[in-house]
Amino acid sequence: MTSLNQTIQDVFNEPACGKNQAKSDKERKKGCSKPLQPGGAAGGCAFDGAKIALQPITDVAHLVHGPIACEGNSWDNRGAASSGSTLYRTGFTTDMTENDIVFGGEKHLFKAIREIIEKYAPPAVFVYETCVPAMIGDDIDTVCTKAAEKFGTPCIPIHSPGFLGPKNLGNKLAGEAMLKHVIGTKEPEYTTPYDINVIGEYNLSGELWQIKPLLDELGIRILSCISGDARYEEVAWSHRAKAAMMVCSKAMINVARKMEERYGIPFFEGSFYGIEDMSDTLREIAGLLIQQGAHPELMARTEAVIAREEARAWAAIEPYRPRLAGKKVLLVTGGVKSWSVVAALREAGLRVVGTSVKKSTREDKDKIKKLMGDEAHMFDNLAPREMYRKLKEAEADIMLSGGRSQFIALKASMPWMDINQERHVAFAGYHGMVAMVAEIDRTLANPVWQEVRRPAPWDRVEAPQQAGREAA
Amino acid sequence: MAQLVKSKKACTVSPLKMSQPIGGALAFMGMRGAMPLLHGSQGCTSFGLVLFVRHFREAIPLQTTAMSEVATVLGGFENVEQAVLNIVEKTKPELIGICSTGVTEVKGDDLKGFVQQIRARHPELDGVEIVQSATPDFAGAFQDGWAKAVTAMIEEMVVSPEPAIRDPRRINVLPGCHVTPGDIDELRALFEDFGLVPTFLPDLSGSLDGHIPEDFTPTTLGGTGPEEVRAMALAGWTLAIGEQMRGAAEALEARAGVPFRLFARLTGLAPCDELMAFLSQISGRPVPVRYRRQRGQLVDAMLDAHFHMGGRKLAIGAEPDLLFALVSALGEVGGEVACAVTTTTSPIHAQTPCEEILLGDLEDLEAGAKGADILITHSHGRQAAARLHIPHFRIGIPMFDTLGAAHLVTLGYRGTRDLFFAVGNMLMHHHQSHVPGPEDWRDAWPDPHATSHQAAQELVP
Repeated sequence: MTSLNQTIQDVFNEPACGKNQAKSDKERKKGCSKPLQPGGAAGGCAFDGAKIALQPITDVAHLVHGPIACEGNSWDNRGAASSGSTLYRTGFTTDMTENDIVFGGEKHLFKAIREIIEKYAPPAVFVYETCVPAMIGDDIDTVCTKAAEKFGTPCIPIHSPGFLGPKNLGNKLAGEAMLKHVIGTKEPEYTTPYDINVIGEYNLSGELWQIKPLLDELGIRILSCISGDARYEEVAWSHRAKAAMMVCSKAMINVARKMEERYGIPFFEGSFYGIEDMSDTLREIAGLLIQQGAHPELMARTEAVIAREEARAWAAIEPYRPRLAGKKVLLVTGGVKSWSVVAALREAGLRVVGTSVKKSTREDKDKIKKLMGDEAHMFDNLAPREMYRKLKEAEADIMLSGGRSQFIALKASMPWMDINQERHVAFAGYHGMVAMVAEIDRTLANPVWQEVRRPAPWDRVEAPQQAGREAA
Repeated sequence: MAQLVKSKKACTVSPLKMSQPIGGALAFMGMRGAMPLLHGSQGCTSFGLVLFVRHFREAIPLQTTAMSEVATVLGGFENVEQAVLNIVEKTKPELIGICSTGVTEVKGDDLKGFVQQIRARHPELDGVEIVQSATPDFAGAFQDGWAKAVTAMIEEMVVSPEPAIRDPRRINVLPGCHVTPGDIDELRALFEDFGLVPTFLPDLSGSLDGHIPEDFTPTTLGGTGPEEVRAMALAGWTLAIGEQMRGAAEALEARAGVPFRLFARLTGLAPCDELMAFLSQISGRPVPVRYRRQRGQLVDAMLDAHFHMGGRKLAIGAEPDLLFALVSALGEVGGEVACAVTTTTSPIHAQTPCEEILLGDLEDLEAGAKGADILITHSHGRQAAARLHIPHFRIGIPMFDTLGAAHLVTLGYRGTRDLFFAVGNMLMHHHQSHVPGPEDWRDAWPDPHATSHQAAQELVP
């Protein structure tokens, strides 16, 4: 565990993270996540985070070394889309049993890797370490090395036992595994001055494909997306990109920063959510590529595309503005979405009456303040009962949140819309913003809200009435 | 009748099985004012939570002791104590149901001892039931965890009545985890129609049947209350549904002397007949007219359905008791098992009417389903069904891509009838999509030089 401890310390000591730099050495060592409170915690574990970050790599076999819970209770539950292989949607696990606990699970793991390679011939096997093998001391590094030698297929150990910490830590540990074992191990057939990496984008509901046509039009190539719709080899040769965009503010900052250090790939933090954010992102990509040697005319072409797309998006949103103007939104999400979606909602005429900043960095919060001014009601932790009250008392007309809190809204018979990873509608880029506004409108305009709020007949005290005679 | 064959694979591919702790947690969710608590790292809870939210489309109360690496190595007493205190402070539950997980079982945390210590240190918790159950992830499966949690509740909460004054109208019902909230509603109405007063342990119909409450509550809605569990000691009979509930029924009999009758299934004509006769016997009432009509409808449905089910090949993946119910009932209208896969060992496998049951995964089911007409398993079978180009009847947990999973009723005369209709319809619609062509029967005889009837078989969709 020593080298793993070092990795964790290294991840905690992230110099590119503003929040981290504000801390003392001692605080920094403790890590960036608050200690979890027994009986009051919510959210996934480090393994969950590692899997979320890497599973979108489509042609890899993702093998979970652990008892059935880790994979059996959770597999195929996210909507990362693939343009090719569907192997990533198959659940592989060693399903450890008592025998493994007593005798160790290393041989079992080795055999499992062999079976996968023989049956599915993936370009690589990712082996996720969970709590139980970490407890009993299975040496998955050695198993992976031996298996890779024997079968000629890269086997990548991902050290992500859940008890190390929350999802966010797992994202970073996954990134570390990519940096250590994958990135830089292959060479692309050719490179261009227009090659970029997109880091921390998972192509949920195919969102990357809402962006890619614009990049294609500009002649910008996504050399590697880490990890949405990625092939293993694309990640392996990602070190040849000229610039990088980091999508989700905290998830894989270590990957972006270390690739800048090691390979001189500059990166910026951007968002695909919101019209202006999308335009800024395109400008940043073009700017970085030009700075890295691409022809400066790229900027003019980029501006032309931005102008055209913005005009189209505004025109498409326009019909909704009168319908949505003044409607109050309660936004319960975290991180980058706490501000990038705020901007988008305001573009559609909606009023954001509150946004959660639980997982947001200080920069995220500054951005919210800039966007919303004094109107910004930021809350760190909105208790379910409080969410329910806000909705029941109509302090908000609609709640946008992740799937877990949807029933708080629905039980209050109030509109709710999913903006987290489980949703099935793509909200990225210009098209995505129009889709989001349309989706909010579809939700708010549904007559079901009036219907479900009708009191039951036994709650209405009325004298019996005759009806239906007039027509006769 | 079936022989259980264990898969020899080292790698489980596309798991059918889920783990014990979340099975136990679901049992606690059928209790009133309950907060299930998994003793493990927070991911154990988070995955279970997401799974149940997607299946039931309901808010799910489920907490974690949030074990860190250090706590795991040193032992988790403090985390369990903290978790219990925090839950009591925040949600004021009537019952906290604790399930251990793989990681805390490897360490060897003594949950039972922990709870005793907590009790001793915190007399202020006396009004809160705390039930614990050892459910390591690396042994058994979902239904085993469910059964253990129900047995643990009986052992913790039921005390022997002295002297026993039984109320013959009261019956205890111990449903297996495959009995849906809709099934429970169906059974409750049935028992009440016989003048009986049932107590379900647990009762998911009160808690996860998708109703709108008056106010927000962080614990379970509805469900069976602790005083109702204690009163189970005074019932005339216990009905256990599914072999998995035998242990719980025996525990109740041992503690309170309540005799039990185990119904290995309530799907199918014969077991429903047995149930009616039994209820009539213990209640002293004739079978109500409504159920006589329902029986007639079921018999008619079986006659209608047999055209579409007879000889059709079924590939079924389910936990032991559900598998037994499905294989038996669908077999009674002519369905034939092409492949049956299950999650854990059970005495019921020996009685399941097919040749072989594989202790395996959905990869095994897919391989065995070549040539099958329908795939019957939970929602994770969707990828296999798409690759096989056959219809997929979703049943079991999880059903994350289906509305009304909690209300799927497959027991009783009416539930069995609806099951035959649903499966029969899928087969019929699939069959209709294959329009015969003018070339189908040209050169349709098998090649005399070939060893099999391959050529003819290929023409049959």
